[in-house]
Amino acid sequence: MKQAIRALFVALTVVAALAAPAPAQEAVKIGVIQPLSGSVAASGNYIRMGAEIGRDWINAKGGVLGRKVELLIEDNKSDPKEAATAAEKLIVRDKVPVIVGAWGSSMTLAAMPKLEEYGVPMVVETSSAATITKAGNPWIFRISPPSEMEALGLSKYMKDLGIKQADFLAVNTDWGRGAVGAFGDLLKRSGAQVGTAEFMEQAATDMNAQITKVKAGGADTLFLTTSVEQITLVLKQAQEQRLVRRVITTGGSSSPSQLIKQAGAAAEGTYHILFFLPWFPEAMPDGKLAKAFVDEWAKRGHPFEGLTEGFRGHDGVLTAVEAIRIAGKPDPKAVREALWKVSVMGVNGPIKFEKDGPAGKESGQSKPSIFIVQVKDGKIALPAFSAKK
Amino acid sequence: MDQLLQHLLNGLLLGATYSLLGIGLTLVFGLMNVVNFAHGEFYTFGAYAAFAALALASVHFFLAIPLAIVAGALAGAVCERVLLRPLRGQSIDTVMLVMIGLWIAMQNAELLGWGGVAKSVPTPFPTQPVVLGAVSVAPLRIFVFVVSGLLILGAHLLLSRTKLGRAMRATFQDRETAALMGVSIERIHTVTFAFGAGLAAAAGALLGPVFLLYPSMGDLASLKAFSVVILGGLGNFGGAALGGLVLGIAEELGAGYISSGYRDAVGFLMIVAVLLLRPSGLFARAERVG
Repeated sequence: MKQAIRALFVALTVVAALAAPAPAQEAVKIGVIQPLSGSVAASGNYIRMGAEIGRDWINAKGGVLGRKVELLIEDNKSDPKEAATAAEKLIVRDKVPVIVGAWGSSMTLAAMPKLEEYGVPMVVETSSAATITKAGNPWIFRISPPSEMEALGLSKYMKDLGIKQADFLAVNTDWGRGAVGAFGDLLKRSGAQVGTAEFMEQAATDMNAQITKVKAGGADTLFLTTSVEQITLVLKQAQEQRLVRRVITTGGSSSPSQLIKQAGAAAEGTYHILFFLPWFPEAMPDGKLAKAFVDEWAKRGHPFEGLTEGFRGHDGVLTAVEAIRIAGKPDPKAVREALWKVSVMGVNGPIKFEKDGPAGKESGQSKPSIFIVQVKDGKIALPAFSAKK
Repeated sequence: MDQLLQHLLNGLLLGATYSLLGIGLTLVFGLMNVVNFAHGEFYTFGAYAAFAALALASVHFFLAIPLAIVAGALAGAVCERVLLRPLRGQSIDTVMLVMIGLWIAMQNAELLGWGGVAKSVPTPFPTQPVVLGAVSVAPLRIFVFVVSGLLILGAHLLLSRTKLGRAMRATFQDRETAALMGVSIERIHTVTFAFGAGLAAAAGALLGPVFLLYPSMGDLASLKAFSVVILGGLGNFGGAALGGLVLGIAEELGAGYISSGYRDAVGFLMIVAVLLLRPSGLFARAERVG
């Protein structure tokens, strides 16, 4: 009896194995690490939406190397420790040839040692800290601008802005601290005074103490570097304390349309450094692609305010897939070699990597387009002085 | 001087909400001997309950808050009956682990249900701040302060003047004797936990509109609540109320005059000092309930 059951079991297993469809060409997997929960979850989710659009467009055109593209999306919970864990899981368990991530500079920096340990490249789509490409990690390829590049992008408007003294209010991470350094240098180069630099924890919700300090300083401008959630709170609390300053947000994660929605009048007059203008897609280097992205985003019912971040997901996936195509196989080392040869047009503009960092161990850094917008009368406008040059 | 006044005002407003959080926890922790790691989750629950009432059911703002408090209290009662009653008599560590499990379960349920993106709660208050001489404050925050004060007062009156309050205090002084006096021990436990959860939910419903709502918002609240409880002394209602104000003001002044990036450190340094020098709390009295 027992023999019979065992035989039956074996027979069933064989039949099941034979009956299973022969695996179609296995999909090419790309790892994505983003903050999908936690204090900066808005940005992470928008980028995920953009990445999915990128994947679907690529698959509609036949995928890469005759195979479909599949995104393995991991949540780093707005926490650098989780980013490192997610990177390890994607590399070791899922064996992805390339990763796109990890949003925050501290999260990216936490994942970087894993990349070097296992030899897998990562396309950095958002992080701004200079240290990411200067650390001598040859597996890093960044398509977002470091804070220094942003400051450079702002330098041509310094005269028009007429900043005499500026304070800083930044999130207490590698991103925030790096931005304070970069823009502080810009101020000094332009002959302006650097006021006080205040910091806030990433998950902090009450910034009244910092705002009170800034108010007492007497500067005319405030550089604000943090995620859209905290910018909303800072603007509301600044309004409450009647802080009258020119506010400039850096980092490109400010989602100004969301600020208008959630902070209302408190967002009026604020300036934002961005890397995508969904309100004027024709102004982007590839106007058609930008418009198509905006339309597809709307078609999927995604919130308009997420576009300023969402495009990063698209461009990141685009870059990764292009590298796989050039490499000819989804092998991490080959993909890394291929990333140096990538030259594509993303929603932000042309993506092509240049060497950055210590000789012999350079990281890749692209030179993205940088824009500045202002909130005027509850709408987004290009400041008069930034008429397309 | 203006700066100092504004800092003090900020600290007072912040402290009132810390007090609210602390009182709920000190009752549960001090009287029921339950380390409620899920306290912050009832805070989050209250915030999302208010959001659901406002955004989905279009309930009026001033009605949404009491609804959220009731919802939080009910959730607390359910948790007590389902999780804590079977554990009555177990060691404090077992209960603590179960509460940690509840914390994780509730937070992930919120994440699943509401998504990770932060939500903003609309309020009927104008955004223009009220100016009081050199300092200014948003009308919403004045409302939160006043309601917090009323809730704290109400809780105090409930505990000290009502029969229910007397029964609660009796139960936690001496269970057997209270039972002999006709108090239903099981009911008191449920009511106390619901009370704590309700107060946490109240804090969440009040603070949700001031800040933003996201599933992990309760983590920081939990931490502050525990800080307040330690400052004020376990089970010490008045201690928690005052401890909250002390913590709020200390944080503000620390952030304003020492270092803004490490404001939380000020609070925690105070906790360490209190634990070293006066472990029963800053406001410990000779006689303690429970």
